[in-house]
Amino acid sequence: MTPDGSLLVAQDLHKTYGSTPALDGASFSVHPGEVVAVMGPSGSGKSTLLHCLAGIVTPDAGTITYAGREISSMSDAQRSALRRSDFGFVFQFGQLVPELTCLENTALPLRLNGVRRKAAERTAREWLERLEVDDIAAQRPGEVSGGQGQRVAVARALVASPKVVFADEPTGALDSLNGERVMELLTESARSANTAVVLVTHEARVAAYSDRDIVVRDGRARDLEYVV
Amino acid sequence: MSIGHTLLGLLESGPRHGYDLKRAFDEKFGHDRPLHYGQVYATMSRLLKNGLVEVDGVESDGGPERKRYAITDAGITDVSAWLEQPEKPEPYLQSTLYTKVVLALLTGRSAADLLDNQRSEHLRLMRTLTDRKRKGDLADQLICDHALFHLEADLRWLEMTAARLDQLAEVVAP
Ligand SMILES: Nc1ncnc2c1ncn2[C@@H]1O[C@H](COP(=O)(O)OP(=O)(O)OP(=O)(O)O)[C@@H](O)[C@H]1O
Ligand SMILES: [Mg+2]
Repeated sequence: MTPDGSLLVAQDLHKTYGSTPALDGASFSVHPGEVVAVMGPSGSGKSTLLHCLAGIVTPDAGTITYAGREISSMSDAQRSALRRSDFGFVFQFGQLVPELTCLENTALPLRLNGVRRKAAERTAREWLERLEVDDIAAQRPGEVSGGQGQRVAVARALVASPKVVFADEPTGALDSLNGERVMELLTESARSANTAVVLVTHEARVAAYSDRDIVVRDGRARDLEYVV
Repeated sequence: MSIGHTLLGLLESGPRHGYDLKRAFDEKFGHDRPLHYGQVYATMSRLLKNGLVEVDGVESDGGPERKRYAITDAGITDVSAWLEQPEKPEPYLQSTLYTKVVLALLTGRSAADLLDNQRSEHLRLMRTLTDRKRKGDLADQLICDHALFHLEADLRWLEMTAARLDQLAEVVAP
């Protein structure tokens, strides 16, 4: 049985790299618009879980259902299309395209979804304003601070109105003040757009921005919400 | 916190009535625990006795008498001394939590579950404080942050202890 009304559900995931078990029976669920923190010690399998949920890594066993569709039975092309249309991503180090300006970086997901340049950049600029970094729109990622770059990355993750944002240590490279501001903006924007957030973090103060948290230990995630 | 020193400090900007002092205190420092009138008057009579404040005037306008207090030079010196004296860091050694963990190990109960439950409880409070911080002004933010950093430190301790339970079990319950 899956939790009622869940958007994304993973059941009993297993994943082994060589002889290293990264996931060893992990279950997870998130509702639309819900912010769930994934916590746990280093090497416990948090990132692996996130990558499986986002369809980037295929688990050896277990099922992942997104909006009623089984992700593991999709073709690679279907999975990439789903990632582009429904998912947004923020990682620890911005992962912005160095050759593009911050505005172009933010507009990128829309451009990949076929939105025309002008319209895409108009929406992108609105998001940069919401994240308080519209003043650096014309700069390239190499010319802005870590905190600014991370706000651009959040704007980019949200620009195409995704249903789920996957964030892996989004504040890991920032000081407390900047980190918290980024969390505030990310969760505020996500909640107002009814976007779910899967937030991997080992920092409790960052996790405190979530609605709920799960702990991954030795590749096993105990999702208390989960009804078996 | 020393209520006496805080009230004295509030008097440095000018004489005030007891009621006025309570209001100023509650507004600036009393977020969770507003003062009782009794506390204010008891504190003020102590300060008066020690010569740190003096009565600057008494009004009655028909009702009960209301004293207006002013800080003395000795009072100002006392506030300075308090501000200059660092607070004693409290390392909370031998905390209740440590005792509970050891007791769980000694009695064959699950210390891991105990730590997990405590972890959830801490995080729940951290969420509430984060929410309050988000909706509050700068004063709220700073007060909540202070609590949040402390809770975070506790949580780190819970994590570290959870990771070392096997070792701890060997030491306390061989
Ligand atoms: N691509 C990979 N190839 C080989 N082993 C991997 C790979 N990705 C992860 N692992 C291993 O799987 C385990 C879980 O890794 P994972 O990155 O999911 O942990 P994590 O919880 O995100 O840790 P951290 O907090 O340090 O980021 C680790 O033992 C790791 O070495
Ligand atoms: Mg990781």
